[in-house]
Amino acid sequence: MARHIVARTSDIPPGGNKVFGVEGRDIVVFHVNGEFFALLNRCPHEGAPLAKAACVARLTSPEPGVYERSRVGELLRCPWHGWEFDMRSGQSWFDPKRVKVRSYPVAVESGEELQKGPYVAETFPVHVEDNYVIVEV
Amino acid sequence: MSDVIDRPILAEEVAAQSRLRIIDCDVHPSIHAHSDIEQFMPKRWQEHLRTYGSHLRTPYIGTTPYPRSSPLIARRDAWPPTGGPPGSDLDFMRKQHLDPLDIEYGILQVLDLFIFSQQNLEFGAAIQRAINDWQLAFWSDREPRLKASILAGQDDTEFAIAEIERCAKIGRYVQINVCPRANEPLGRRRYWPIYARAQELGLPLGIHVGGYGGHAPTGGGWPSYYVEEHQSNAHTMAAQLTSLVLEGVPERFPNLKIVFIEGGFGWIPSATWRMDRHFEAFRSEVPHLKRRPSEYVKEHFWFTTQPIDEPDEAKHLRSLIEWVGADRLLFSSDYPHWDFDDPRYAFKTPLTETERRKIFNGNARALYKL
Ligand code: FES
Repeated sequence: MARHIVARTSDIPPGGNKVFGVEGRDIVVFHVNGEFFALLNRCPHEGAPLAKAACVARLTSPEPGVYERSRVGELLRCPWHGWEFDMRSGQSWFDPKRVKVRSYPVAVESGEELQKGPYVAETFPVHVEDNYVIVEV
Repeated sequence: MSDVIDRPILAEEVAAQSRLRIIDCDVHPSIHAHSDIEQFMPKRWQEHLRTYGSHLRTPYIGTTPYPRSSPLIARRDAWPPTGGPPGSDLDFMRKQHLDPLDIEYGILQVLDLFIFSQQNLEFGAAIQRAINDWQLAFWSDREPRLKASILAGQDDTEFAIAEIERCAKIGRYVQINVCPRANEPLGRRRYWPIYARAQELGLPLGIHVGGYGGHAPTGGGWPSYYVEEHQSNAHTMAAQLTSLVLEGVPERFPNLKIVFIEGGFGWIPSATWRMDRHFEAFRSEVPHLKRRPSEYVKEHFWFTTQPIDEPDEAKHLRSLIEWVGADRLLFSSDYPHWDFDDPRYAFKTPLTETERRKIFNGNARALYKL
């Protein structure tokens, strides 16, 4: 897998996302609770753009009348038919064995580390004071 | 339009193997602002709309009962960047839907203002009339791919006929839409004058399920959840199919074509099997039927595909399509609503080239004479 620097951490506001073309694929990077997650920008069901998904909480109910919210903002709700996907793994909550969004490893590294490493994109201006979001594709 | 008909169909079909243009039988335009529609209404009803809003069974003016899965039941990506509700911006509809999906024609289905749920029949008539004019002025006149339907609420039969005549004279509408949940089941004789006129004019009768009639949407009463209500579309369709067939509408109007819109098609086999079986036992109760109910279903009714059923095993969808018949199915997307079907990915089972051509284009072209 090659590593691609896609953005400065400050380019993607908390709770927001941004789509990047990486090796011919549209990849959407989400910024949730200080973490970054990258997924293919295409729902495996009928192809909706996941960049338009709602970032929701996991809602569970151990029994009728009792409701629990957890992992706030980490679940994606597809903008079309509402299937939910786990941002961490791309796994669907609907039929997890069969349905999964392709997800990609994401790292955040400081400009300083990048300069030292082998993966500095030539055309990408590196500001040592910033942190960068790196997607492995 | 005539250039489409005159083109050599065969040559076009061969070329179409690689590029099949889509006829989408369920596209929802919506009203950007009440003033757009008010210009087509007499002052008296403009004031009524502003003062009393839409319908007594819905909440306050400008609101819907609840979001129904997502605000305005829309795809989250369908809000026009220029503002206004999903489906209200023609340019955005072109860019997001008509162009990329290569839609040859889209049949308009207007749901705004609870058109068909109005119990104040004069007000209902005024908004139906206004919306019929608005469909041409705001949509079909500006975009020849979009075809309008004549909305005619059947509970005021006299008005419905007058409105059908008025629009038929204009001549640009491809279908007559009646209420899916009227005050009485659709097979009742009080509605027959509308069916007679539709048959004479050669316009299909469209029945788009949804909206709020006065009745609970299920035979069992009012549902608690939206997911429960959404299921009820199939019950409504099954009830209306049963009423139309058993009351003798296709028997009485052999050239009438009836299109069920937005009900999907998974429920058709069992509804029809049951009717056939019971018909054998109760034939003497409905002696006006000359044939088995399934024969009427297979000759007089068409069904749009969305929301498509997705059984766990693709082969079950396959048998469903075979049973209902590829010549009965019309592709529909339901754009811009949340349960939109994308023609490229919605069918989770392979279709033959002939089936694809029929479902995505040929059936609708013949039915709507496009
Ligand atoms: S396209 Fe995502 S749930 Fe259907």
